[in-house]
Amino acid sequence: MAAAKKPVRWHIAVFLAPAVLIYTSVMILPLFGTLQLSLFGRGESGLIFVGFDNFRTLLFDPRWSASFWNALWNNTWFFIIHMAVQNPIGILLAALLSNPRLRLRGFYRTAIFVPTILSFVIVGFAWKLILSPLWGVAPSLLDMVGLRSLFEPWLGKEEYALTTLGLISVWQFIGIPMMLIYAALLSIPEELLEAAECDGITGMSQFWKIKLPLILPSIGIISVLTFVGNFNAFDLIYATQGAMAGPNFSTDILGTFLYRTFFGFQLQIGDPNMGAAIASMMFLIILVGVCIYLFMIQTRLRRYQF
Amino acid sequence: MSKARTSLPRSAAAHGVLLLYTAIALFPVIVIIINAFKSRQAIFRSPLSLPDAESFTLIGFETVLKQGDFLLYFQNSFIVTVASLACVLLFGAMAAFALAEYRFRGNPLMGLYLALGIMIPIRLGTVAILQLMVAGGLVNTLTALVLVYSAQGLPLAIFILSEFMKQVSDDLKNAGRIDGLSEYTIFFRLVLPLVRPAMATVAVFTMIPIWNDLWFPLILAPSEETKTITLGAQVFIGQFVTNWNAVLAALSLAILPVLVLYLIFSRQLIRGITAGAVK
Repeated sequence: MAAAKKPVRWHIAVFLAPAVLIYTSVMILPLFGTLQLSLFGRGESGLIFVGFDNFRTLLFDPRWSASFWNALWNNTWFFIIHMAVQNPIGILLAALLSNPRLRLRGFYRTAIFVPTILSFVIVGFAWKLILSPLWGVAPSLLDMVGLRSLFEPWLGKEEYALTTLGLISVWQFIGIPMMLIYAALLSIPEELLEAAECDGITGMSQFWKIKLPLILPSIGIISVLTFVGNFNAFDLIYATQGAMAGPNFSTDILGTFLYRTFFGFQLQIGDPNMGAAIASMMFLIILVGVCIYLFMIQTRLRRYQF
Repeated sequence: MSKARTSLPRSAAAHGVLLLYTAIALFPVIVIIINAFKSRQAIFRSPLSLPDAESFTLIGFETVLKQGDFLLYFQNSFIVTVASLACVLLFGAMAAFALAEYRFRGNPLMGLYLALGIMIPIRLGTVAILQLMVAGGLVNTLTALVLVYSAQGLPLAIFILSEFMKQVSDDLKNAGRIDGLSEYTIFFRLVLPLVRPAMATVAVFTMIPIWNDLWFPLILAPSEETKTITLGAQVFIGQFVTNWNAVLAALSLAILPVLVLYLIFSRQLIRGITAGAVK
């Protein structure tokens, strides 16, 4: 293309302008603005530049660091639960659904995806009611299978609350891995599976030896989506346990910690700069996670072109 | 196709597992909805039974409609969602067209820049977004929410739509050019109608997180006049936590419209996910 002599193509700019303008001013600039704010503190006369002091406070000052590490660890556990429960169940359901002879496929798909479209507020409160010891739903269900003695007020006990919330979140989002893996399984060409059958590879061993390696890239995408979603989560915890992430902060994750710090709670006043510091830490964590995925995992997964 | 892959016991086992999980997925939703129509005693005496002539009551719904301003919340959510959706679809499609159609210096870089937002959540910029909205006098307005949700939805919309726009035939567009159509006419009259299915998919994907979001309404627009249904339900349930009829009714009212919309659009949504993931 001889671009030198061409007149300026204004229509390109017109097509791009609205999207770029909104995206830049409401998303990119505030992201960098937040990173910048984290380097300032409240002085006697307005804001003063404090360098990395906020981060030092966050990581090492005992008043802050205990909450921060607690939130970070809780968040990591939250993520581990998702990876350990959501992915295997999602893969199992997708594998069952992908059988072309299966009847009622549409019904199962639609039904299992229902929780995913509901808001965190609905999901949180619905489970809070069901698990409530005041209302006998969970105990009487356990009674039906003779396990009533196992019932505990799971959301109210420090040692179980976070795991319970993690499982509720898995319950809500299982539809997404199921669908993505289902799509990946459907895209495996029929000839490949027939060839495998000719070689006597069927059933379970066909799944492990042929299908699973082919859907690994999808599992990678799901993992990174889950990672970003988990380290950015807030709504479910806020809706069920409140901003204090009770009992005794045992369900506090980075999102609720950020909210409390930024807006304040009870006697503590909100602090936008410390809030910005926490948001920057979350940014860093998500960035590292995404980079690990992009540069270390994705490049090693062979993509098969059919 | 061979017979080796299907056998009766195996397919029975598959149905068993799927039915079990379907029950797990639907059980909480069903329990909430059936109990919303029962009297307080019946809710506690037999939570798992359907409402009968004796226990049927609408008292919870009456409380909700009397106490909460749910019609207003619903209207707010509707306005925010529709306006954001319109922005995302129109501006997203325009930008996607520019990226897919024209070769210009900086095109790949622009694509990468716009794709950043797919992975980095907009929430992390909240502190500065709030400052921006305070400076612009937009706190407690629906405009603030529309702006944020538009920015949030644009990256993925541009990414998906530009993939689809690359598939629109060049011959068609060039024929249009020879007939003297302007680039704008080509976009609005030729390309946009052809990518309508992709637009529908993007619309569903964009809509669900906007409708369900709690974070930004809580931070940018918590006033009574601008509460969205999600925030309104959260606050209402928090206040009426001991009134089980009201809480269950509020939850049901929040579930039903989404559920109905989902059942109408589920094929579109599922087709969108499966098509998008194959790429």
